[in-house]
Amino acid sequence: MAKHHIETTINGDPVEFLCETEDTLLDVLRDGLGLTGTKEGCATGDCGACSVTVNGRLVCSCLVLAVESRGARIETIEGMARGEELHPLQRKFLEHAALQCGICTPGFLVAAKSLLERKPNPTETEVRYWLAGNLCRCTGYDKIVRAVLDAAAEMRGIQPKTAGASH
Amino acid sequence: MRYEAPHTLDQAVALLAGAQGEARVLAGGTDLLVQMKTEIIAPDLLVDIKHIAELREIKEESGAFRIGAAVTGAELKENAKLKSMWPGLVEAANLIGSTQIQGRASMGGNLCNGSPAADSVPALIAAGAKASVVGPGGRREVPVEDVMIGPRRLSLAKGEIVASFLLPAKPARTGDAYLRFIPRTEMDIAVVGCGICLTLDGSGTCTSARVALGAVAPRPLLVAPAAAALVGSKIDEAALAKLEKAARAACQPIDDKRGTREYRIEVAGVIARRAALIALERARQA
Repeated sequence: MAKHHIETTINGDPVEFLCETEDTLLDVLRDGLGLTGTKEGCATGDCGACSVTVNGRLVCSCLVLAVESRGARIETIEGMARGEELHPLQRKFLEHAALQCGICTPGFLVAAKSLLERKPNPTETEVRYWLAGNLCRCTGYDKIVRAVLDAAAEMRGIQPKTAGASH
Repeated sequence: MRYEAPHTLDQAVALLAGAQGEARVLAGGTDLLVQMKTEIIAPDLLVDIKHIAELREIKEESGAFRIGAAVTGAELKENAKLKSMWPGLVEAANLIGSTQIQGRASMGGNLCNGSPAADSVPALIAAGAKASVVGPGGRREVPVEDVMIGPRRLSLAKGEIVASFLLPAKPARTGDAYLRFIPRTEMDIAVVGCGICLTLDGSGTCTSARVALGAVAPRPLLVAPAAAALVGSKIDEAALAKLEKAARAACQPIDDKRGTREYRIEVAGVIARRAALIALERARQA
């Protein structure tokens, strides 16, 4: 059967690709388009490493068929920084050492951005529930949650507290 | 594998009814794609129903709600009116998976996936919801408790699709609740689930009730004796004790990694009591 010809918008740019019916959006992003920032963890929707937004909705790209994304607006981790300038969430993840191996990090960042767009001032509990579908086997989550709360405060224009010990 | 994304129900029904080999309906895909990936199923045709208007809408029809079968959990939660009218149902649908899963998963999929542990199904049954089933023979309204007949088995004929759910107009002083037991706080599958909807009269006496249990039998159960335990009472201790007993008596669970038979039966009573108390509080405030 002929491949599907799909037109989408990815990180603001019009993108066309060809895919098989079986291909997931994750397959196409990584293998077809070279957007390898989106990671494959479990490939069954449990770990959140492949998180992207489709028409503004946070989803696991491993559980979306590429053919379903016809006409969709897709945002991936590659669209998060503005050139050399990191998104506040990316900066705060570095400041708080909210990552170790880094495989889960793009998914956490995309998911956290989606939360802060809806809820600029989330409680710690809200952050933890929103991110419950993103698994991290390195950090124990505390640093991630602190980084998200700190980024949220900065994005609301509140002077961030100095992280870590004073010197 | 062929993929079709029709814009009308008639087209979708024709595709499914005329399919050679295995055909599957694709809504959010959160179960379907996993089953394809793990080679539990290998469909020849996928019919994506998300471009059909009725399946994507939440509509109010003179106090009743019609909810498209492909409406996502996230969309249910964002509908303030629905959430305030049927908090138990919306909470149940939102217990399914993570934020990411909520962005895709639907109640139609939750029902038609055919899992006895599906969280939204006992809540739909308790609410008295009917599934609007469309097929080659036209449309029929089926009580939700009659759609699933066993694990992975539905009462739908070839070519039939659950298009939407109709929630009846809610009487005054009516409240619903759904609780499930899982051994953690998030991201798990129900060991036992219980949906309850009850109506009070002006004096606080329960005039009608529906109690549904999930994950304790081959299919979600509407438990009439459990509802009868509440009707005519002020949901006092005696009624709650009767409810617990009736809920436990209805269970025919299996032993599996999530819980033993004995444990599930015990927990069913506890969860039913707690769900009844939440539904009672909501009925008093409604």
